[in-house]
Amino acid sequence: MMALEAKPTCDDVWRWLEDVPDPEIPVVSVVDLGIVRAVEWLGDELVVTVTPTYSGCPATAVISMEVEEALRRKNLDRVRVESRLSPAWTTAWITDEAREKLKAYGIAPPVDGVGCAGALKAQGPVVCPRCGAAATERVSAFGSTPCKAHYRCKECLEPFDYFKTF
Amino acid sequence: MSADPIIEFALRMGDNTLVLGQRVCAWCGHAPVLEEDIAFANIALDLIGQTRMWLGLAGELEGKGRTADDLAYWRNDGAFRNCLLTEQPNGDFGHTLMRQYLFDAWHYPMLTALTQSSDPRIAEIAAKSVKEVAYHLDRSRDLVIRLGDGTPVSHDRMQTALDALWRFSGELTTADEIDDVLAASGVAPALADIEAQYREETAGVFRAATLTVLDDAMMQTGGKTGFHSEALGPLLAEMQFLHRSHPGATW
Repeated sequence: MMALEAKPTCDDVWRWLEDVPDPEIPVVSVVDLGIVRAVEWLGDELVVTVTPTYSGCPATAVISMEVEEALRRKNLDRVRVESRLSPAWTTAWITDEAREKLKAYGIAPPVDGVGCAGALKAQGPVVCPRCGAAATERVSAFGSTPCKAHYRCKECLEPFDYFKTF
Repeated sequence: MSADPIIEFALRMGDNTLVLGQRVCAWCGHAPVLEEDIAFANIALDLIGQTRMWLGLAGELEGKGRTADDLAYWRNDGAFRNCLLTEQPNGDFGHTLMRQYLFDAWHYPMLTALTQSSDPRIAEIAAKSVKEVAYHLDRSRDLVIRLGDGTPVSHDRMQTALDALWRFSGELTTADEIDDVLAASGVAPALADIEAQYREETAGVFRAATLTVLDDAMMQTGGKTGFHSEALGPLLAEMQFLHRSHPGATW
């Protein structure tokens, strides 16, 4: 009976995982980014399902490790982190709150309503996260990490990262 | 046909991305401008990530306990199933870019079709990869047009690259017995359908790029069944020597 009472609920676990930062962009959590897909108890074992963002992203292995470590710090000793490919991760899963955090950090959040495959160029304006100007231009579709593109603001002339729609 | 067609197919897909990824990696720190250096490094990373999924699937289906790493580092050239195009040397920047475009223009419609595969494991790898490859194609298409329809120097370099590489494009869409079996069971698309899309895509882009395709080029094949050009051996030697020198080493 004691053991049952000591077992945290899945909601508790979700809340704890909100404190696990993304290794590349530490202002947002792995939950904010939609990387954590499921949390469930299988008997006495807690199974956390995560999904990779880009298939070659080096942060993927680090994220699994950090999720496991964070839960061990909460005294959960039977934790399994599983990876799931399908449905493929999309930037549509990034929460509104995380989009604000990205902007405050200097990264323009993904522009909604832009298709992924085939319709690659942003249809709406990518707004400069520093000065708010809509007059920006893409320097390269590839940036400092797989998930970002490289942009430049034509008003304040600053370069910035755009978290590209995926 | 002795081999399991689905294993062969996973090896073909994974060896294409592995060998091309290894080739593209060599540009890291050497590209003509920083943005393109970063772009190539990111694209190579995507390709290696996709390799992990395809070779992981091949190893799992084979059932002998071989991992994606085992397959990448412990097979010799005759066991590799990549198309000849992917192993061709980098040459200059234009040459690398043309090779990338000729590959991306096939890879994108191929993966798009594979998202509808009757095999759910293949469909999910394709769905994951196709979003990355859409960005690859967008870039290589754009740059081939800009450099082809650019200065006389850039035009000549792109035309030289196309003349050298076009003969390797046919293998991507030439079906053999394995492709026919997979198409019949809905695991993979009929390559004739992909070829039609490929021809349309490349014809439009080369027209815009003011480049001319050698219509009578004799298409080279063999990579898909393990008969490679002399370019593959040195590539594998460089890629595999560290792992073979320290078997089982991890960090």
